[in-house]
Amino acid sequence: MQLVVDGKTHEVDVEEDMPLLWVLRDELNIKGVKYGCGVAACGACTVHIDGVAVRSCQTPVADVDGEVTTINGLGQPDALHAVQEAWIETQVAQCGYCQSGQIMQAASLLSDNPTPSDDEIDEAMSGNLCRCGTYPRIRAAVKLAATKVQGA
Amino acid sequence: MASVGKIARRTFLIGSAAVLGGVAFGVYKVRSPSANPLEDGLAQGAATFNPWVIIEGDKITLIGPHGDKGQGVAHSQAALIAEEMDLEFGQFDVSFGKPAAAYWNRALADEGVPFMSTDESFTAETMRGVMGGLTKLLGMQITGGSTAMPDSFDKLREAGAIARETLKAAAAQKSGINTTALKTEAGHVILPDGTKLSYQELAPIAAGLEPVTDVTLRDPSAWRLIGKPMQRLDIIAKSTGTQTYGIDVEVPGAVHATVKVNPRQGGALNGYDASAAKEMRGVKGIVEITGGVAVIADNTWRAIQAAEAIDFDWGEAPYPAEQDQHWEAIAASFTEDKLDKQWRDDGDAAAAVAAGGAFAAEYRAPYVAHAPLEPLNATVLVEEGGVTVWTGHQIPRQLQVLVAEITGHEQEQVTLHNQFMGGSFGHRLEFEHIKQAAEIANQMRGTPVKLTYSREEDFAHDFPRHIGMARAAGVVKDGKVEAIDLQVAMPSVVESQMGRAKIPVPGPDSQIVAGSWNNPYDLPNYRMRGYRVPGLAPVSSWRSVGASANGFFFDSFLDELIHEAGADPMEERLRLIGHDASRKVLEAVAEMSSWGGELGPNKGRGVAFVESFGVPTAEVIEVTNTDAGIKIDKVWVAADVGTVVDPVNFENLVQGGVVFALGHAINSEITYADGMAEQANYWDAEGMRLRQCPEIFVRGLENGDKVRGIGEPPVPPAAPALANAIFAATGQRIREMPFSKHIDFV
Repeated sequence: MQLVVDGKTHEVDVEEDMPLLWVLRDELNIKGVKYGCGVAACGACTVHIDGVAVRSCQTPVADVDGEVTTINGLGQPDALHAVQEAWIETQVAQCGYCQSGQIMQAASLLSDNPTPSDDEIDEAMSGNLCRCGTYPRIRAAVKLAATKVQGA
Repeated sequence: MASVGKIARRTFLIGSAAVLGGVAFGVYKVRSPSANPLEDGLAQGAATFNPWVIIEGDKITLIGPHGDKGQGVAHSQAALIAEEMDLEFGQFDVSFGKPAAAYWNRALADEGVPFMSTDESFTAETMRGVMGGLTKLLGMQITGGSTAMPDSFDKLREAGAIARETLKAAAAQKSGINTTALKTEAGHVILPDGTKLSYQELAPIAAGLEPVTDVTLRDPSAWRLIGKPMQRLDIIAKSTGTQTYGIDVEVPGAVHATVKVNPRQGGALNGYDASAAKEMRGVKGIVEITGGVAVIADNTWRAIQAAEAIDFDWGEAPYPAEQDQHWEAIAASFTEDKLDKQWRDDGDAAAAVAAGGAFAAEYRAPYVAHAPLEPLNATVLVEEGGVTVWTGHQIPRQLQVLVAEITGHEQEQVTLHNQFMGGSFGHRLEFEHIKQAAEIANQMRGTPVKLTYSREEDFAHDFPRHIGMARAAGVVKDGKVEAIDLQVAMPSVVESQMGRAKIPVPGPDSQIVAGSWNNPYDLPNYRMRGYRVPGLAPVSSWRSVGASANGFFFDSFLDELIHEAGADPMEERLRLIGHDASRKVLEAVAEMSSWGGELGPNKGRGVAFVESFGVPTAEVIEVTNTDAGIKIDKVWVAADVGTVVDPVNFENLVQGGVVFALGHAINSEITYADGMAEQANYWDAEGMRLRQCPEIFVRGLENGDKVRGIGEPPVPPAAPALANAIFAATGQRIREMPFSKHIDFV
């Protein structure tokens, strides 16, 4: 079957029920997408399908009905997305393992709602677990990213 | 010369300090420098000045041997070297280096001695020196115990200064100008006429010189980096999905594997039926390993799916099958024959309590999983000539030993490429997954094997934080706390963990009482006893280790007594605390939180103080009692680490420690049924979510005269501060974690 990921079209020969996560990581070698729980409890695997955040560990590849964007396609070290800029300026990451998913979730939130309230940020980001406890910085980074998105 | 065995017996008091056997011990050997591992295979013209700095061609590499599990030490270690070497960020690469005796950890030995960290007496310092000698001799390279900064602070600055002065000597030889007229700046030696000689062009000359070791470290007033906000070297990679962790390592030709091992930890594999699994797509093989089987496939998901399709007959657990039995064993262990050590006996607490009118209470702390977000993994390639391992680990040299035992190689034939870790909290001090990957790879030599745990396997085999119980009795008089008699029973985490790592440890286990016995309160009567409970589930170090439970026990009980006495929780703690740096962190949180001011309706505040890893830490927590449950509003934290190396990272680690502690105190535990952990994924042991996260205000103090680490110390005071706040807001005293067993949270 065909899959468009980060602007590139891929042909993959896998079971229909293989989660998108494992197609991305093990078949297409896109390692920015992380495996954390496999049951949509942590959000580390979050990617966009047509701009909307989904948990790739719970998305069978056959159900993918749009273009997939991963953290690696959202922006690159030399061409950062506004949310990544905010994450760097706020120095959010500790171990960093959850941050791909956090950033994808935040980017989806801001594209949907460029001026989220504190409650809306809390609501949108609470499905993404951070075991290091960087939440105070995640909140600050989402707010900073919102000002960047509006300024853009 | 005395043997290590003799030393160990003579110093049997030493608790929690790991001692490997069989190496000759002597003053000469301890004082002589360890071999520089960077000299192996050094290229012509390349220069290495010590085990931490190497210049090869146009590349300068700084070695930071402490592993990075998120605490930022890859950055901090490099910053310490760069500070003295006059390097700018961007001018050098960083590496964890290869496992080597030269990277022994002195600071961990300091923490293992049976003296309070506030005790700087001759005896205490002498014992720290003896333990440091042992640790060096045995080449113990460990990341843990919040020791990366204490271990590195002088050592790595000296390494940078030695490199700088040797490069200046090379420049003096090249230019004929005396070193006293030379300066260094941004990777260059500057001649008096302004000519700049790069470190790289000086390296071939420096390579022929003896390193200049008579160096003076810079005065703090001259620091460019230390104490200033820095951008972490890993922050761009970790914000763009380009940071590689162990789980992302792709070795050409590697197969994917997962394991299913008896969830009754340490139990046998009686039998299994893998006939269905063998036929599944992508499955390349199923092999037996210790206590279970491994599935090898062409994709991680296919390996996990096939493993789920195997029927197992597991043997019994080598510990009580049901959780209630664990608590019963703990409750029955407050007996003389289980007494591990009486750690403190100031005044006569026993008599004070026996005199009548004492207040008594019992507290519990459960098993808790580490569950870092990156599941355990390791890639191993076994070949005739040696073994290569790619994983993130905290004890690299012992990893070599244990892998070599499995594959039949020598320790030196095991090469470890240490990786950035997606969290640990103590999980990556363990070796079971490494040994399993080695067992699999040894059965398919020549093929790299990448083992990835499923989250469920990770939970099932997470050696959790030890369970524990405290029985406390105390006396108050005239509005003051007069006596505390605190008895704590726990399994020995050091015995369990170091036993698995095959590192024997003599003496009592200070982790049974850490966070209780060592608090610098000047109570008139204070007795503290630790009891060791045998035979329970295997356990492991969990961020702040013994203090994660003891901080809750001691400070909660102190708070109860203060309320019994009718005193103010802050004022009475301040009255009782003699140690200057400790008193100042309490004063700081009192000031930061405007302690004593008017609170709104349904609000309450609690304060707690715990000293762990040499860091006095005080926290004030404010909660609101709402219709939907307790809402944690604000936390104020003050901690004294002597020197704050990076204020941004410091704040982030303190906030993270508070979130980690509160999340688990609220809702997380591991319980056993039929010998197996009942919690299988984050649904069952959630920790804190963003919506529950309070505002957290942080202040780092620098009154202590030793540099300390901040990874663990913010954890222990959080649970008691929350329990104390809940009491203030509701009148309900919670004496057991997780608190959600007794009260709802928003």
